[in-house]
Amino acid sequence: MTDVAIRVENISKQYRIGLAQSRPDTLRDLLVSGIQRIRDVVRRKGDGRYDSPSHIWALKDVSFEVKQGQVLGIVGRNGAGKSTLLKILSRVTHPTKGYGEIHGRVGSLLEVGTGFHPELSGRENIFLNGAILGMRREEINRKFDEIVAFSEVGKFIDTPVKRYSSGMYLRLAFAVAAHLEPEILVVDEVLAVGDAEFQRKCLGKMNDVAQEGRTVLFVSHNMSAILRLTQETIVLDAGQIVMRGPTPEAVDHYLNMGLTKQGERNWTPEELSGTIGSFQPIALRVLNTQGRVVDTVTAAEGFTIEFKYNLSEPISGLRVGLYMMTTRGEYIFTTFDTDDPAVFESLTVRAAGRYVSRCSIPPNLMNEGRFILGVNASVYRIKRYFQDDKALTFTVDATGAPGMHWPEKRLGSVRPKLDWKIEVVNNNDE
Amino acid sequence: MKNNQQSRQQTPVIYLQPSKGWLSINFKEIWRYRELVYFLTWRDIKVRYKQAVLGIAWAVLQPLLTTLIFTVIFGNLLKTPSQDIPYPLFTLTALLPWQLFATALQRSSISLVGNANLITKIYFPRLVIPLSSVMAALVDFSVSFVVLLGVMAYYRYWPGWNILWLPLIILLALLTALSVGLWLSALNVQYRDIQHMVPFIVQVWMYASPIVYSIDTIPGGIWRWLYGLNPMVGVIQGFRWAMLGGDPPDITMAFSVGMVLILLISGLFYFRRMEKTFADIV
Repeated sequence: MTDVAIRVENISKQYRIGLAQSRPDTLRDLLVSGIQRIRDVVRRKGDGRYDSPSHIWALKDVSFEVKQGQVLGIVGRNGAGKSTLLKILSRVTHPTKGYGEIHGRVGSLLEVGTGFHPELSGRENIFLNGAILGMRREEINRKFDEIVAFSEVGKFIDTPVKRYSSGMYLRLAFAVAAHLEPEILVVDEVLAVGDAEFQRKCLGKMNDVAQEGRTVLFVSHNMSAILRLTQETIVLDAGQIVMRGPTPEAVDHYLNMGLTKQGERNWTPEELSGTIGSFQPIALRVLNTQGRVVDTVTAAEGFTIEFKYNLSEPISGLRVGLYMMTTRGEYIFTTFDTDDPAVFESLTVRAAGRYVSRCSIPPNLMNEGRFILGVNASVYRIKRYFQDDKALTFTVDATGAPGMHWPEKRLGSVRPKLDWKIEVVNNNDE
Repeated sequence: MKNNQQSRQQTPVIYLQPSKGWLSINFKEIWRYRELVYFLTWRDIKVRYKQAVLGIAWAVLQPLLTTLIFTVIFGNLLKTPSQDIPYPLFTLTALLPWQLFATALQRSSISLVGNANLITKIYFPRLVIPLSSVMAALVDFSVSFVVLLGVMAYYRYWPGWNILWLPLIILLALLTALSVGLWLSALNVQYRDIQHMVPFIVQVWMYASPIVYSIDTIPGGIWRWLYGLNPMVGVIQGFRWAMLGGDPPDITMAFSVGMVLILLISGLFYFRRMEKTFADIV
């Protein structure tokens, strides 16, 4: 079979838990672990490297094949192993076990703007970033005008990028990456940043790439992007492939995975091992008007969504937000706890400690049905501390909602109670 | 279609598998990434002087000011013998290769950690990073070399044919920095203690090299041999000889070269062995 672009067999990757949390290793740790190792040997524990409780498998026995020219989506929740898989495929890290082969030049886009230096001008960064991504200078020269045109930074091309707006910065970074021409492109969540216009443009470019017959592996939390760009998708969970199938089916499977949670989602430290930072989510809960944690709320009464989290160090400009989504992954609304400018101004820095951000959903807003709640903690344009696009699902019951005297299913995700006036208009008055 | 078939046959196959033990060094691959070395070197230099008012003039001021300080303290106050060379010239000819080495060493030992964002996101031979840090030091050196020529002209010293050896001596200084830089940068990925140790290492190393004093101070025989195990002894001695003439480097040079080779080969292997884990632990 010569038309295989990627084949991996039983790829596994093991990480030490807590590696990201603890301070970088020091010589003291080395001494301590050295003593432990000697003790282990003395007690004939043998090689405790595999399956010891202090190690986790980020990927376990993952096997799949991608044909030349195929566009394959990869979905899975945080910590499912998506990024680890892409890192292995782009050779950033080595698998602990398993075997894989890749036929062709791989361009990986695990992040836009890798290696961008704020002090350098846009022009200089194009060359630097291009070289880092594996382009030849002659190739960059050839595509330079095209890149500048795509990025729309125009006359600012000789300005240091630290003076760019975040939109310009992202556009330039993506423009360089988009002009890579590898046979195989590996893309991780690059569309998760930037404004709607930028995302639209990126999606368009990704679509072009897919049309050109290149092999693309595409990871995203954005289900509509996955649906639009890919025909086939792999669903990863806990480091294993739980499903591979046509994209609509796979997305459906993914979104309905683990929907048994009862109105509450708690994060365990193990789950967060890959993403830990100064923000640690603790729990997300849906509460009814009596303050009880419930899986089903009544639309007519309104309800409260409560997000509990811990900050291990002060964060300035933090915003903690919720996404409300349908089970098909369409966004209904996004809201942040510092949406009110007055609140945002007064809460410039959140000190370390435990917090609860509560959001009241007014009565008569949601339509009946099953909904997905996502959470996000970020500092606008600076950093995303945490994101889980499907942290929790819950059901809205329509009892008492407007128009319930007609027992039909209403279209749409919201069912607001709106003001209607009915007037009689006499023909004579006209 | 036919074209497509042909290009397919040429497509390189990359194998992914757990790497164990000592890896061979893929020089061909590093050669393919030479443009990246160039761009990273260029970035280092550009960024270093970007917001400094005096810019690249620092490359001139640093050796001059150090020469001034050493001349006052060691030349005038302590009357350190300097092989009949005017003391400022004596110490400057040592400071140049020394600063080339020290800058290259300092920059390369923190280079991997400093470029963690690249290492965790993109594949390229990791050797490119310390290599480009070492190359960046060469640019400063070239600037300060002009200063040396100026000072030599002032004292009416003209380099003889010995100067033809200079490229080799500079190469030796760079290789010394690279070999130690390989060890330290790879160690620093895991043990950040290294970056606190580096300034101290550099300081001790400086006094262990014939910069402020002449090698004649070191008694001959076994002591001189041991002294020669410091590769910078050979470099500095050679550099002075290439620029100012005088006694050619003696047996210590052979020890220095041998030591660099040992450090370099072991450094390369250690680096390659640790390379696969950089992205996971940096």
